[in-house]
Amino acid sequence: MLSYAEKIREIAGRLLASGAVNMVIGFRQGTIPMMNEPHFAKNPAEAAKLVWDSHCGINLANYLTDRKEKIGIVAKGCDSRNIVTHIIENKIKREQLVVIGVPCQGMVDKRKIALKCPGEITAVIETETQVTATGNGFSQSFDKKDVLQHNCSLCIHRNPVIHDELVAAPVEEQKGIDRYADVRAVEAMSPEQRWKYFEDLLSPCVRCYACRNACPLCYCPTCFVDESRPQWVGKGQDPSDVRTFHFLRAYHCAGRCTDCGSCERSCPVGINMRVFTKKLEKDCLDLFGWEAGLSLDVRPPLDVYRPSDPNDFIK
Amino acid sequence: MQNPYLPYPVRIDDISVETEDKNLKTFKFVFLNPADEQKFAYKAGQFAELSVTGKGEIPIGIASSPTEKGFVKFTVNKVGLVSSFLHAMKPGDIMGIRGPMGNWYPWERMEGKNVVIIGGGFAFTTLRSSIVYMLNPENRKKFKDIHVIYGARSPGMLLYREELAAWERRDDINMHITVDATSDPGWKYNVGFVPAVTEKKAPPAGNDTYAIICGPPIMIKFTQPVLDKLGYPHDKIIMSLENRMKCGIGMCGRCNIGKEFVCKDGPVFTLEQLNQTPREY
Amino acid sequence: MKIIKIDKSLWAPGLNQAAAAYRLFGPVKEKEFHSFKPLTNGVQPDLSCLNTRLSPKAIIYPQSEVMFDYSLDESREDHHQMREAAKDYSPRAVIGIRPCDAKAFELVRLNFDTPDYQDPYWLKAYESTTLIGLGCESPCSACFCTSAGCGPYHEEGLDVLLADAGDHYLAKVLTEKGAKFLAAGGWKTAAVKEADQTIAAMRQTAEKKITSFVPTDNLRSLPNNDLYSATFWEDVSFACINCGTCTYSCPTCWCFDIQDETRGASGVRMKNWDSCMFPLFTMHGTGHNPRGTKLHRVRQRFMHKLKYFVDKYDRGIQCVGCGRCVRLCPVNIDIRRVAVMMNGFAASGEACAIE
Repeated sequence: MLSYAEKIREIAGRLLASGAVNMVIGFRQGTIPMMNEPHFAKNPAEAAKLVWDSHCGINLANYLTDRKEKIGIVAKGCDSRNIVTHIIENKIKREQLVVIGVPCQGMVDKRKIALKCPGEITAVIETETQVTATGNGFSQSFDKKDVLQHNCSLCIHRNPVIHDELVAAPVEEQKGIDRYADVRAVEAMSPEQRWKYFEDLLSPCVRCYACRNACPLCYCPTCFVDESRPQWVGKGQDPSDVRTFHFLRAYHCAGRCTDCGSCERSCPVGINMRVFTKKLEKDCLDLFGWEAGLSLDVRPPLDVYRPSDPNDFIK
Repeated sequence: MQNPYLPYPVRIDDISVETEDKNLKTFKFVFLNPADEQKFAYKAGQFAELSVTGKGEIPIGIASSPTEKGFVKFTVNKVGLVSSFLHAMKPGDIMGIRGPMGNWYPWERMEGKNVVIIGGGFAFTTLRSSIVYMLNPENRKKFKDIHVIYGARSPGMLLYREELAAWERRDDINMHITVDATSDPGWKYNVGFVPAVTEKKAPPAGNDTYAIICGPPIMIKFTQPVLDKLGYPHDKIIMSLENRMKCGIGMCGRCNIGKEFVCKDGPVFTLEQLNQTPREY
Repeated sequence: MKIIKIDKSLWAPGLNQAAAAYRLFGPVKEKEFHSFKPLTNGVQPDLSCLNTRLSPKAIIYPQSEVMFDYSLDESREDHHQMREAAKDYSPRAVIGIRPCDAKAFELVRLNFDTPDYQDPYWLKAYESTTLIGLGCESPCSACFCTSAGCGPYHEEGLDVLLADAGDHYLAKVLTEKGAKFLAAGGWKTAAVKEADQTIAAMRQTAEKKITSFVPTDNLRSLPNNDLYSATFWEDVSFACINCGTCTYSCPTCWCFDIQDETRGASGVRMKNWDSCMFPLFTMHGTGHNPRGTKLHRVRQRFMHKLKYFVDKYDRGIQCVGCGRCVRLCPVNIDIRRVAVMMNGFAASGEACAIE
């Protein structure tokens, strides 16, 4: 994976030089350990700043919404699935895009690593299989597979589902993954336990909306929490309003979420709101055999109806 | 410590529909506690937060004049949550007013000068306040010539039509009323956009002449070059801005243009001042 | 200034004693992170923490605060009239606040305590609060307090500065409020004569641990409109997702919204934190938005902190260098990098792509 960066720069430089695209969206080197910044390059010189490593977890499909240019976009498996979803939902056109596919081996979870280290991490380096975090008086190495973002450790679509360029040969997909153990654990709770669990989960929320805004699906011109006529949700810190936001957002992502993990990764207070979106992801799989963003040719299950629907309400 | 967020309770005394589309109504308020009227001493050009209990507050220019006693008047356009609810309220209903807020037209500087008032659409409210204030027998002698250029889409969209007609009949104020278009054969005033009428009717620029402009952004955008052409210096072009506001006292942070708060350092600025700030209005 | 020696064995008992006269707050670890919480039932502040995830501004300026309540029931005499909500401004003390977070209150005060208006909620809460600071021995790598008009032993805004001297604290009494708090804790031992030099030496050592800096020397003299029209804002703002993380975690951000919330026939009017990152913040009723793009909003945030504030108050930048926004931004927008671009800006005549 360490060779990806060079290949990305080469492809981006070529696409920009030839005028095939107006811009390439990727990542540039971050200013603090384990962070990279989404970056757009409009010429080959800016393309030279593009990087790739295990800290590129933000979903770049988020940056495509309603853009008019011809765009080259660096895409991991999950990003590519959200690009498909964006195309299906008319947020971008396929012909505007040159997808630079990145076979992904998962992004590391900076919080997980930080929790395992005895002090502040000031530098992180990585090899193909390991990351080493150093700080004042310590240096610790981890196998990447042990410190992946939770969603990455469960991912079964690491290779881009659409791509025009590929920076490397596809990686082997993970097999035999139990993707929904955490959801089943919550399902097994009694209603009281579950409520308590949700309350505890959401108690640190400050409603900064980083989860919503990092999500490529959350492009509504006015989110329901911001509507004033009618006002669906209070704007304060009342727990019922906080819960309403998270629950409804999850439902709004049903059948669309790819579990890219951008929401959880973005949260400044460490909330795993993926518990909600994953429950709906699981329901869509169980009820409709559906996984979001795998094909440009199939409408999402909540986007279509059939006269033969087994439920009565449709008739 | 005075609580600047606490509105004075008021009763709606009267409501009148101003425009043919019924989207503008003038509300006349009476303070529940007579002493609050003294505390609410204001100058023409200031605004206040109308507090509709349970819905929120909206910043609205004061349409009555400081020379009118016993009540305050506001003309409100129906656009959002609070203004829509307010439009459905009835005389006798109780609500609140917080203010007065912001600065005012520079009455001290304009003494002994000609004043040209240029207004468009429903942004004529503090201009009405200003005209009534200047025409007050006590004040009229303080100003030289007064010109008013006021336009609306159609005759039925003009605010304060009876007063406009009364001012037309006076000889101490030069009225130039205009509409964008009309099919009314009885219309005896101007037809044309405010910038064009300004070019024809505004008095010549000079050190003795101030222009006050208040109107929709598009009107301001096209009137300003006309005033430039007529040679009005930028420190004599006075503009009143609107921005989204909540606190009205320079604290909540949203209405700024550069380091100036529209609510507290404004809403009245000279064009010369605005040239120094980002155009975030 | 008087300096008192507090033996660490007397620290917790003293705090427990002070708790009779003060509501105490301090850093407490919950789940992964430290945050300022009420220290009830003898809970001790964890002074070993690096820094709290969010700033302690909420102790004085809660994210949601009720100002008034009202009744819509017309059978009541005072229906539809705002009534002052009940408030508790009994003395409180924040234990172990960082000098950066304490100085932040001084900057925020410029907004809430003006010659024309005073925000009674912020001001009364601030005046009822005693800030017991702890000299910072473990700055994070993204901290840049020393170049943001602050420092690890900066005293501005504090009532007492504690210096951790191993088996004891040296407590430098900075205000009358601070002296009162120490008296309430029953700590009386006058420190040895050289305590002042000891603290000065600790301060010097601590300042050397700061490895990150922002340049600010040119900001005041740069022409406002040129900086506003600089071409780099597109680059700065591209990654921004317009969440409220930077502003909500910032100890110096003060913007708020006012909302009425009604349930049945009664309700409250409240202040809630708001953010210049949110489109709704400046949206007119007509739908027109003077800061309608994320470029506008990102520029507003940095221009406010590094230019408008500087020009308006002549008190330096609206930032104390705590580094929270740098560490927490989900997309790594770094105020230090932006400060370099702004401070180094030379007007080029090129205007920005988006006006």
